[in-house]
Amino acid sequence: MNKITHHLSDQLLIGYSAGTLPEAFNLVVATHLSMCDECRAAAQSFDSIGGALMQAQPTEDLGDAAFAKTMALIAKGPKVVAPAPAGIDVPDPLSAYIGGGLSDVKWRPIGLGVRQAVLKTSHAATARLLYIPSGAAVPDHGHRGTELTLVLQGAFRDKTARFAAGDVEVADEDLHHKPVAEIGHDCICLAATDAPLRFSAWVPRVAQSLFRL
Amino acid sequence: MQMKFNLVQQAGASNHQVAYAAFNSNAIYDQKANFRAVTQTTPKNTWVDHLKRIQTDQDQQAFAELFRYFAPRVKAFLMKSGAAPGMAEDCTQEVMATLWHKAHLFDPSRASVSTWIFTIARNKNIDALRKQRRPEPEELTWGPEAEPEASDVLEMQQQSDQLSQAMKALPGQQRELIEKAYFGDLSHGQIATETGLPLGTIKSRLRLGLSKLRQTME
Repeated sequence: MNKITHHLSDQLLIGYSAGTLPEAFNLVVATHLSMCDECRAAAQSFDSIGGALMQAQPTEDLGDAAFAKTMALIAKGPKVVAPAPAGIDVPDPLSAYIGGGLSDVKWRPIGLGVRQAVLKTSHAATARLLYIPSGAAVPDHGHRGTELTLVLQGAFRDKTARFAAGDVEVADEDLHHKPVAEIGHDCICLAATDAPLRFSAWVPRVAQSLFRL
Repeated sequence: MQMKFNLVQQAGASNHQVAYAAFNSNAIYDQKANFRAVTQTTPKNTWVDHLKRIQTDQDQQAFAELFRYFAPRVKAFLMKSGAAPGMAEDCTQEVMATLWHKAHLFDPSRASVSTWIFTIARNKNIDALRKQRRPEPEELTWGPEAEPEASDVLEMQQQSDQLSQAMKALPGQQRELIEKAYFGDLSHGQIATETGLPLGTIKSRLRLGLSKLRQTME
């Protein structure tokens, strides 16, 4: 794997650690952390902050029977959780949402050769896989909220920089961009948005109403 | 430096941890032979030994002590994050039961006990209150030596204590903002760009741990 140069922001890592991000964002974060030890270490240190805060705060008393009830829960044994499917060509957290690897993705064309697959998460934000053929572009768009785009394969460029496998672009309202897949390889990304994108041209706007972009 | 460690000893220390503390002293002695007042620098409230006893002996006494200290903190965290008292009470019991069932997964070279319990409580919060799945990063599988090195455990526990102290020393307003972020009152967009959190040492420690792990995986 090439060296990752575009990382998650501290705000997102704190949100992930605190558990306040929408599920779609958590999915992008967990997938990036699986690829990036730098951010994994940062995320774990933000967990340490959470531990320190939890330990230092004023306490809340529990009911008299709390300990006995807990021992009864323990006696029942652990909840059996089906083991997560191992990622074949994508990291495990993403594989759990696809239900397998990239060959299992049910792509839908959204125009100009670009394809997408929406992943099922809570409604607070939307997660999707994007397939951008070599040299193709996602139509010029801006953002009302935050858009996270994590490269899984290939690379794309927009006016800010080049993003290759493992890199994540954090775009907010200030960024208006047109990501173009690099020549030579098709580019596959995992993207999450907490508000609909804003397209500049009317044709993508029509497509948007059809494809939940 | 020593002042910090002395402060650390106030909460949660118990006689049961003496054995582990002695073991820790040896480790630090090897590393820093010239360091004065070795016993005073050993954090005693790490609770690591309690988890070990739960893991190896299903020790209910150790669990009861952990419960007395942590359950009221877990409940307070869940209530601050928006759970009604009854819900928080039930979830706390489930968190503490999970702690027992997963005690074998706790790795004291990667986290303090309070950090580990925080992550269990946070996940319970997402699952029960926010009704969401929680995607977790891919597990890094350990090499043949499953037992972490004593010096790594010692350093992680010490640095967690130092972090706790540094957090207590933060200016009131800054601390308040961070608490708001962790207790769910701020969206990620509202969290300050520059948090000024005292993360340097613990982050490089964790980074080093991951590099080591990658080497053993290769």
